[in-house]
Amino acid sequence: MEFVKPELEYAELLPLLIVLGGACVGVAIEAFVPRGLRRLPQIVLSALVVVGALVATILVGTHLDEHTGAAGATGRGLVGAMGSIVVDGPTIYLWALILVFALGGVALFAEQRLEGGVSAFTGQAAALPGTEGEREASTRGLDHTEVYPLLLFAVGGMLMFPASGDLLTMFVALEILSLPLYLLCGLARRRRLLSQEAAMKYFLLGAFASGFFLYGAALVYGYAGSVTFAGINEAVRAGADNHVLLLAGIGLLAVGLLFKVGAAPFQAWTPDVYQGAPTAVTAFMAAGTKVAAFGALLRLMYVAFGGERWSWQPMLWVIAIASMVLGAVLAIVQSDVKRMLAYSSVAHTGFLLVGVLGVQSAGELADGQYTSLEGVLFYLTTYGFAMIGAFAIVTLVRDAGGEATAYDRWAGLGRTSPLVAGAFAFFLLSMAGIPLTAGFIGKWAVFTSAMSAGAWPVVLVAIGCSIVAITFYVRHIRLMFFTDPHPDGAGTVTRSSLLTSGTIVVCLVATLALGILPGPVLDLVTSAGDFIR
Amino acid sequence: MNDFPILSLLVWLPIAGAVAVALLPRHLAKVTGLGVALATLVIGVVVAASYELDGGTQLREEHEWIEAFGVHYALGVDGLALLLVLLTVLLVPLVLGAEWFKSDAEGSAGARAFFAWALALEGLSLAVFCATDVFLFYVVFEATLIPAYFLVGGFGREGRGAAALKFLMFQLAGGLILLASVIGLYVVSAQQGTPSYLLSDLQDLDIATGPGRWLFFGFFIAFAIKAPLFPLHTWLADTTEKATPGTGVLLVCILDKIGTFGMMRFCLGIFPEASQWATPLVVTLALISIVYGALVAIGQDDVFRLIGLTSLSHFGLITLGIFTMTSQGNTGAILYMVNHGLGTAALFLVAGYLSERRGTPLISRMGGLEKVTPVLAGLFLVAGLATLGLPGLSPFVSEFLVLMSAFQYAWYVGAIAITAVVLAAIYVLWMYQRTMTGPTPPEVEGTKDLGVREIAAVAPLVVALVFLGFYPAPLLDVSNPMVGDLMQQVGVHDPAPTVEHAGNETEEAH
Repeated sequence: MEFVKPELEYAELLPLLIVLGGACVGVAIEAFVPRGLRRLPQIVLSALVVVGALVATILVGTHLDEHTGAAGATGRGLVGAMGSIVVDGPTIYLWALILVFALGGVALFAEQRLEGGVSAFTGQAAALPGTEGEREASTRGLDHTEVYPLLLFAVGGMLMFPASGDLLTMFVALEILSLPLYLLCGLARRRRLLSQEAAMKYFLLGAFASGFFLYGAALVYGYAGSVTFAGINEAVRAGADNHVLLLAGIGLLAVGLLFKVGAAPFQAWTPDVYQGAPTAVTAFMAAGTKVAAFGALLRLMYVAFGGERWSWQPMLWVIAIASMVLGAVLAIVQSDVKRMLAYSSVAHTGFLLVGVLGVQSAGELADGQYTSLEGVLFYLTTYGFAMIGAFAIVTLVRDAGGEATAYDRWAGLGRTSPLVAGAFAFFLLSMAGIPLTAGFIGKWAVFTSAMSAGAWPVVLVAIGCSIVAITFYVRHIRLMFFTDPHPDGAGTVTRSSLLTSGTIVVCLVATLALGILPGPVLDLVTSAGDFIR
Repeated sequence: MNDFPILSLLVWLPIAGAVAVALLPRHLAKVTGLGVALATLVIGVVVAASYELDGGTQLREEHEWIEAFGVHYALGVDGLALLLVLLTVLLVPLVLGAEWFKSDAEGSAGARAFFAWALALEGLSLAVFCATDVFLFYVVFEATLIPAYFLVGGFGREGRGAAALKFLMFQLAGGLILLASVIGLYVVSAQQGTPSYLLSDLQDLDIATGPGRWLFFGFFIAFAIKAPLFPLHTWLADTTEKATPGTGVLLVCILDKIGTFGMMRFCLGIFPEASQWATPLVVTLALISIVYGALVAIGQDDVFRLIGLTSLSHFGLITLGIFTMTSQGNTGAILYMVNHGLGTAALFLVAGYLSERRGTPLISRMGGLEKVTPVLAGLFLVAGLATLGLPGLSPFVSEFLVLMSAFQYAWYVGAIAITAVVLAAIYVLWMYQRTMTGPTPPEVEGTKDLGVREIAAVAPLVVALVFLGFYPAPLLDVSNPMVGDLMQQVGVHDPAPTVEHAGNETEEAH
């Protein structure tokens, strides 16, 4: 076998390299800087790295070349790193989105004012809860500054995930993105047992899901004789033997990805992890992971298995319906804000899948009609901003025991803090899809593409589930504005530093602007074009 | 016609005013709010003055909004829209005047919030009436619910939170069903070329029979919840009972008109075939609403529930008028929308004064006020008589036109619909008798009659009711060309008269 010297397109892969390199520098800081002095350098480094990567992404995006694929399909982009990384329009858009959300994540991670001068992360993760060691770490005001390099590694994985050009890279990206998140989930300063349980659960289930993904990759390799998406696509179009292998492979790969996006029936981890993880991590994870994993799902399904869509569309019909129904119905019976948001995110996964299954070939689309890919990308944008904003507000509402996430602590919040409650209500309305918020445009986009593709039964279910979902969103608004505060004491809004409040304001402005004037972002999504092979 | 975007000003001024009121200090908020509402009234009058009677849709504004979806920011008024715009700009300042002190009451969300939400509701409702793009219409149609929800939930009686939730759930459910149809329209429009949501483009679409009927149902259900129509009306009485009378006016007299407005503009305008196909069903529902609403209203003890349920009966008549598909019926329906707005608003506000004085909304606990407060009693009687359609007051004209078209449609439909007149007499006069007449109880001896502010808030309505009752020509002149265009779009002609004319060609109505 001949050894080919790998060629890397450093310029195009710059965002990825900046983030992963920055993460390594972060680890070095952990190793060489004294404990008390690490915090500031880590925050500055993370912020600089994310901003730098964002700038690099924009630069790469504006200089994408025309690319002609194997099947003669043209598009702007580049298949780089020997076919492992594909930098095309959707990749650039997703990268920018993930980096913007990561910036929000860094800001929320760095918040110290809410806990009275320390971060939301435990002082010493290794100390058992309730022991002398934990108390000592807490009195010394220790901080785990490792969270910043971990965040950067997770971001690196997220960037790689939707850009992967073959199944192995995708698997590696999946692991790079997941492992730091497992750790981050277990690092809460308060309610540590809950947090550790969440991390454990996430890790075990995540490991299973990775196993499924790997098995699926093996089966698909057996079918196609290639792990690259272009190669698989050719094999699928040529119609190789052993169709069963392909179907089983698609199913198993989908399990791995659907677990990451939190679709039913693989949603069991979502509420526990969302609740147990430090809220800053939940916010970052809810937005970032969903964007990255949907990007990967889109690429896998559209590029590798595009010729086989009649086989996987029915599967997504079932999963989308299950996710929407389960998420919406179970969210009604929750009594904790974080769990409610978690179940609503399951429902949103279902709505996003409605968009994914609305794929049509170019010939079926009218002139000027937008594609399902554009719909899903836009929905991800709106969803991410609303989720980060909502979770950021959850970090503000506190009582003596830390964050007050139980419903009865939120009663009457609209009277004591109308601005914060109003902002939270606005995010909820956006998630509910009320017009003049970004969520409405997103919902409209995904529903329309599914309807155009003839999936009207799914759209009708989606609309039914939207009605159900509205009940719990509106009930929470009623709780905040029209219910008297609980006699045992209500949560109050703690003043935060500019880091958290700035994040909330940015998310608020984005949600409003995308609801009223979505045109520019929609144009951006349209100009991103289609996936290349 | 100049190019000044007067409709945009009309829509955006109250919305900007709402924001300003919310931010201003408390003592300035109320005056500013009323000032903005009056300024909007002036703009409404200017719009009416620059309106040309036979000009179709006018004062158009059209800008690309979301190009990818074929959505335009497009405004324009025709006869129907103009009348409802005028109704809206007239009612809002009156409501603000009537609620001047009440919205400060203990336990409510404060006058500033009331004024801000009311202005927001005004602006969004005006946008609904002026929108000539279905997507824009849908957006503002849904957005009106947010101020309405906070108005119901924040002000009024015990239990308003639950009532507001019920109201919102019903409306949002209807809105989402409508969303399905709006999406369907995009698909149909995209299949036939470039996707566009402009009403003028949609009217030219060639919608196949099957999908057309499904899309029609999405629109119709949403509007039937809004209007409301039996059996989707159950939110109405609960909401009017718990909300303040002013909110009741805004909801029943303005917001609910969107339902019947939408039936005319979208159901008949975009889906003429499906509308005609569905006529038997719609007429049946309308008849049930007419009779059932009136019967249930008779049995009410709460005056605001009673008024809410009379509106169910009235909306049944409006819907009936629309779906008889005759020009009399549709003209009558348009006039009915305006007159019902005037009459019911007067009734709500006066009933509000009444229950405020007696400290209870229950009819059985009132009585005997007539001698102590003659002005209040007199206005209550006039408003009540307008509601029952007394000749000489404007609702009579519209009711007459609708009933005439109902008889033209089928004699039994007319026969059932006409019971509304009898039943209305019962609920109105019986209510008046129980609340006003009888011996004056000692505890109400010192009750004050209406003050200047309270009279000023109702007087314009009474004047309009009387004036339009004797001289309805302005309303007819505005609505007739629009109805003519609509009937042409639907493709129906009025049935020829079965009785031969005695020579001259006088219109029977007036």
